[in-house]
Amino acid sequence: MKADRIVALLFILPSLILVGIFIYGFIGWTGWVSMVNWRDVFPDFTFVGLRNYSRLFEHFRFAISMKNTLIFTILFLLASIGIGLLLAILLDRKVRFEGFFRTVYLFPMAVSFVVTGVVWRWILNPGTGGESVGLNWLLEKIGLGFLKSGWYTDPNIGIKAVVIAAVWQMSGYVMALYLSGIRSIPTELYEAAQLDGANVFQLYRYIVLPLLRPVTLSAVIILGHISLKIFDLVFAMTGSGIGFSCDVPALFMYDTTFRGNYFSQGAAIAMILLLCVAALIIPYLVYSIRSEVRR
Amino acid sequence: MKASRVLLYLVLIIFVAFYLTPIYVLLMTSLKSFREISLSTMWIPPKELSFRSFSKAWYGDRSIGLRGLSGNFMNSIYLTVPATLISSVLGSMNGYVLTKWRFRRANLVFALILFGMFIPYQSVLIPLVQVLQKTKLYGSIPGLILVHCVYGIPITTLIFRNYYSTIPTDIVEAAKIDGAGFVKIFAKVILPLSGPAFAVTAIWQFTSIWNDFLFGLVVTPNPSVQPITVALNNLAGSYFVEWNVQMAGALITALPTLIVYIFLGKLFMRGLLSGSLSGM
Repeated sequence: MKADRIVALLFILPSLILVGIFIYGFIGWTGWVSMVNWRDVFPDFTFVGLRNYSRLFEHFRFAISMKNTLIFTILFLLASIGIGLLLAILLDRKVRFEGFFRTVYLFPMAVSFVVTGVVWRWILNPGTGGESVGLNWLLEKIGLGFLKSGWYTDPNIGIKAVVIAAVWQMSGYVMALYLSGIRSIPTELYEAAQLDGANVFQLYRYIVLPLLRPVTLSAVIILGHISLKIFDLVFAMTGSGIGFSCDVPALFMYDTTFRGNYFSQGAAIAMILLLCVAALIIPYLVYSIRSEVRR
Repeated sequence: MKASRVLLYLVLIIFVAFYLTPIYVLLMTSLKSFREISLSTMWIPPKELSFRSFSKAWYGDRSIGLRGLSGNFMNSIYLTVPATLISSVLGSMNGYVLTKWRFRRANLVFALILFGMFIPYQSVLIPLVQVLQKTKLYGSIPGLILVHCVYGIPITTLIFRNYYSTIPTDIVEAAKIDGAGFVKIFAKVILPLSGPAFAVTAIWQFTSIWNDFLFGLVVTPNPSVQPITVALNNLAGSYFVEWNVQMAGALITALPTLIVYIFLGKLFMRGLLSGSLSGM
């Protein structure tokens, strides 16, 4: 028995060592790099305290990228959750060819963000001449010409154009989350509500939506952390954009560190990004594991 | 049919159009010849089919110094397959210990592993590059395999742990009474039941490693070693590459994971749902 416990430990040990070094050790090291004076290809480990952070807070690009992330997160979450919930509710109304619809809605999840970026950059390309091309052409043809715009080339739109591509990619996933949530509601609840004379609207308002709250929480956490970290899509679709109108912290970190060789500042951006994600994820992890133990 | 049903199908079909639009554009653009390519005719089907864009995206074009994606496609295969297998095996070992041989603080250990799934990888990139350079793994496919194995551990552990906790502990206890030890129970009792979890994990890992961009970008600066996503971005980022070749490249990049999705969609879906912790 005792020998078995040791073997069990040996079984999990390689993973623990790898996770310990590559996740926690590396985060610690990044934290240290963010407090030294490493600003070119040769490391300089002179301790400077929080100077890199205070410099960062004064940096115009940091302010822009944080603002962009906030806008991106809000729009991306609202649109994805709205569309996902709508599609899940509609698909649950005994739809013919449900499997086909589900497959189409969810397939963008299987595609790389880079592919998404390349395609949407082409679709949202406003062209250089005066004529309407790409999506603008299509909008004009279907009578929605007033929606025409410069998309990601317009500094006033910038990151909001990237939201379209991100919603295209992720809203089907939210649909899948909600659909599995709706399907796990016991049918007796529906029957009881119908016996009480509830109509379809009341059924959703008072039975389904309240029971879907945990799903919404999951969706907010998952989409939220993806949104804070978003990199591939922006990198492939627009880059940081005109006047940094498409810039995000992950891109700023990459440019600072691997193009500008200002490693300490890059590490500081990474640490702030990590703190934002941790503030979102840790309470959720603790809650999930506690509620599992209670069961 | 009632008006409300018509409306319902109308909305569903409008969304089908939304999700399929990029695929339509990809196909229409990549099947055109260079002469037919222009932003203003993006939505119009090609007058004559041309597959030259695909051969150009795949083989490249020496005369203009364009690298084809064929080598990078193979790089992605060489790194995705072993990384998928190794991280799945590690996940199954961890899941087994965390459910059937629980030790004190097992939940804390699990939470610490799981947190790795959510971190922004920017927070490990600098030491990662330093360590890979020191160990001569920087810029190599084995280096990328190592990276994907390590950062795949959280999700594979999660999937296997959730799956193994549905296997009754009584089976394990009975095997113990029969005198079976830790390894024997794993090999004779747990592994034979693990098929579905391996399928879900393998599909999940294959998709996310194939689609990875950040690690490929940072760990492999040499174009001949880069995975296909990075090569596609380079292809699409150079101004002299025509749009039809870019779209053909995007299709080639997306094809393997799309095929997996179309044929094994159910398993892909299960991976997605477990990634949301909703199985907990």
